[in-house]
Amino acid sequence: MNKYLLYPGCSMESSAKAYMQSLNAILEPLDVQLEEIEDWNCCGATEYLGINLVPAYSLIARNLALATKQMNGTRTVVAPCSACYLNLAKADYYMRERPALDVKVNEALAAGGLQYKPGTLDVRHLIDVLVYDVGLDAIKEKVSRPLTGLKVAPYMGCMLPRPDYKHRWSDHEHPTELNDLLLALGAEVIDYPLTTSCCGGHMTQIGPETAFELIRRLVAGADERGAHLMATVCPMCQLNLDAYQGEMNGFFGTEYHMPVLFFTQLMGLAFGKDPDELGIGLELVSSRGALANIGVKVTQPESAGPRRKKEEGLPMPPRLNKRQAEKEAVR
Amino acid sequence: MSEKKQERVGVYVCHCGTNIAGTVDVVGLARWAGEKLKHLGVVVAREYKFMCSSLGQELIEKDIKELGLTRVVVAACSPHLHEKTFRTAAKNAGLNPYLVELASIREQVSWVHTDKAVATEKAKAVVAGAVSRVIENVPLEEIKVPINPDTLIVGGGIAGIQSALEIANAGFHVYLVEREPSIGGHMAQFDKTFPTLDCSACILTPRMVEAGTHPNITLMTWSEVVNVSGYVGSFHVTVKKKARFVNEELCTGCAICQEKCPKKVIDDVFEAGLGYRKAIYIPFAQAVPKFPVMDKENCTYFIKGTCKACEKFCPTGAIDFNQQDQYVDLDVGNIILATGYDLFDARRVSNYGYGRLPNVFTNLEFERLSNAAGPTSGNIVLRDGKTTPKSVGIIHCVGSRDKNFNNYCSVICCMQGLKFAHLVHERTGATVYNFYIDMRTAYKAYDEFYQRVLEEGTLFVRGKVAEVTDVARSEHEKGKLIIQVEDTLAGKQRRIPVDMVILSSGLQPRHDAKAVGKQFGISCSTDGWFTEKHPKLDPVATMTEGIYIAGCAQGPKDIPSSVAQGAAASARVLDKILQKEVALEPIKASVDHDKCSGCRICNGLCPFNAIAFIEDDQVSDINPALCQGCGTCVAACPAGAISGTGFSDEQIMAQIDGLLFLNLLPVEA
Repeated sequence: MNKYLLYPGCSMESSAKAYMQSLNAILEPLDVQLEEIEDWNCCGATEYLGINLVPAYSLIARNLALATKQMNGTRTVVAPCSACYLNLAKADYYMRERPALDVKVNEALAAGGLQYKPGTLDVRHLIDVLVYDVGLDAIKEKVSRPLTGLKVAPYMGCMLPRPDYKHRWSDHEHPTELNDLLLALGAEVIDYPLTTSCCGGHMTQIGPETAFELIRRLVAGADERGAHLMATVCPMCQLNLDAYQGEMNGFFGTEYHMPVLFFTQLMGLAFGKDPDELGIGLELVSSRGALANIGVKVTQPESAGPRRKKEEGLPMPPRLNKRQAEKEAVR
Repeated sequence: MSEKKQERVGVYVCHCGTNIAGTVDVVGLARWAGEKLKHLGVVVAREYKFMCSSLGQELIEKDIKELGLTRVVVAACSPHLHEKTFRTAAKNAGLNPYLVELASIREQVSWVHTDKAVATEKAKAVVAGAVSRVIENVPLEEIKVPINPDTLIVGGGIAGIQSALEIANAGFHVYLVEREPSIGGHMAQFDKTFPTLDCSACILTPRMVEAGTHPNITLMTWSEVVNVSGYVGSFHVTVKKKARFVNEELCTGCAICQEKCPKKVIDDVFEAGLGYRKAIYIPFAQAVPKFPVMDKENCTYFIKGTCKACEKFCPTGAIDFNQQDQYVDLDVGNIILATGYDLFDARRVSNYGYGRLPNVFTNLEFERLSNAAGPTSGNIVLRDGKTTPKSVGIIHCVGSRDKNFNNYCSVICCMQGLKFAHLVHERTGATVYNFYIDMRTAYKAYDEFYQRVLEEGTLFVRGKVAEVTDVARSEHEKGKLIIQVEDTLAGKQRRIPVDMVILSSGLQPRHDAKAVGKQFGISCSTDGWFTEKHPKLDPVATMTEGIYIAGCAQGPKDIPSSVAQGAAASARVLDKILQKEVALEPIKASVDHDKCSGCRICNGLCPFNAIAFIEDDQVSDINPALCQGCGTCVAACPAGAISGTGFSDEQIMAQIDGLLFLNLLPVEA
């Protein structure tokens, strides 16, 4: 039995519900126990650290401090979200590297009657503990419905392998952990050199055109290399690639249809679980067609796609798509 | 304080121009020593502008003779620089040279302090320590050992070949040991050499032939040194001659065995993985010696028990499947290590795609690709073996000057990249890009070559390449390798599609350099290269007497520098041989057998393999000829059974007493 503390992070309760559902479904077969940190708060995501360091680190460190109270039998905190993982690991690392920061953060924590000594906890990502603690052999043993014939693009995202504070990953540009895991499930893993390219992160909010191009590269890369679907380890990656795929298609005038599932959902399928139990069907770009390749029937009704915002005020001219914009520029 | 008979000590304070006098009151220091250290036996204390000058030395010599000095302290620079000078001066005046002490008031006082008053006080303490210590010094005699005139050279690349020829031509015998089947090293794999573009084989093979036929050179290829013992002048070396399975007496080198052998193997060594060889093979046409070797791992007979095609077709019956490894013992006086380098494994830089993207090549692969005797007969083509590239990108500094891999510059890559650019341009007419961080084309005629390649139209992009990818973003990138780079001169990101990428993989120490260093009792730098005695003034000697280094084993270098070092190491060896005997420093450690508990802690610590355990008596013993007087064992011995001449407990304690003595006095400004 492997036991860890769980820091779920905000998205696991909302946009990445499917991740949480599928994670819960595979814990038992893998004999893994996760104990949720009580009263945890937001990790600050990708934005807060760019604004004000001390409050941002204090926000993160509060979770670490709370986790130390529950350290009965384990000192490992598992985060299923790459951004959460990175922030927690970063706070632990920089509090150790910079004693002045340590003092300030602990002053802030003390106001809430908490404290955290850097190095107390080991912060790890979910896929790290599944591949290296549970092990590929144990995972293989549980496979009852191999994903034979399913072509998967393994997408690790950019935040997971870099910066690698504790030398956990096989490589920083082309890590193999997700490949190996998918192979263990029997899937056909395509050569996907974009595995650590950026999904756009929060650029969907502040500079959508930049984000669209980043999303296009990833989706087009998977599509051109013949993937049926993409597997991801991060709620933000999944959200960007799934929820903004339609808008991206509109912007570029393309017609990609690339479903993006969490690796835990694929693990659940391989373990013989019912798609419903794994949150399959909650994605916006439906995986129905892709999963038909391995004879899995998705019972959830197909999503109606993103709901359009109610038009308010006066009408606007449509946004230029990229080709039009280029044409304009030439003129 | 010591209650021995009163010694007569002279103290000499050096100004070293303003090096010392600028920060230490040297006149005051000398006067103080003359007055306040009288009770220790100081009878004279002088200061002088440059003690190391002839006049300064004469001053000391004169005092030794006229005042009957029995001990001398020179307060000047570090003993590394001038200890020998002042010891010689003492010797000239009839005083045992080991009765002279240097008090370092430059490196340890004036150079590291700014406050003159405080620095002067510290200088006083250092001088008082040296005076107390010198009284405990005992006269020592140099140890002389004879020199065996034979020399062992390990590594048959260009540096080792050069060394061997220099010594052999001077009339002395050389054993040249090479791990591979032939001598020649990396240079034999190259096509052209920069900056003159002469054919590598054309200039190398005459030297190889000369080394192979020289009456004073015993060539031992397909061999490795397995054991080394002894010391300068008389090393005992055991060489393992791996079984070739070919009788060298009978073999004519006709290569019929190689032709008839049915087993094809990828040649990871000579062809850098880009070509094939047979299971019995001569690595290349001009190999020296001409005899083939059999690769037992891949030979069908050794695997399945049948075949023996080579034996059937050999016209002289030279194939011998029963041959065994042989161990040969050699006695030599000096050893030169010219063991070369390994190529950095470019797969480690995963963003450049080597091993994943077929048309990404390493520099060594390209050398074979462009070599007329290589797998494509010199046709520069893509991995498919037929398509000529229309555009080629050459990426510099792969694994070098990179915090993630090796910090150092691999020296040869800039010039090598230029050479490749020229060859690609000349033979294919392709567009060539060089991606560099800095262009380093120092040394004779190198920069002129750079100018020439510039004029030929090679394009240069300054910037560290971020990625080589086959993920196209537009139509014109499709089917190409795209090089993503920040062009730091244009100040923008660029994506440059090319057909072929060549990675200038850096040079690395041999994978077993550390073990080899330990075997021969020399050390490696943090990067793993063999450490020279002095980086500027003694680049081919090591801290172990009688062991010399040459070529890339000491650090990355090009062919001219490797040849120069090979020759330099030989000159040092010849100097030793011609002296017939060598004087060794008498600064040695010795074990008091009565106190030794036989714990053997010291055995593994000795960096020079000088300590042996005597099984019969259950005590450790130090070989004085091997001991370099480093003091490691002295410090480590838990029983205090080991003491070092020149560093006895009495001397150290007296020096500490001296240093602290000053603290008891009120500080005078």
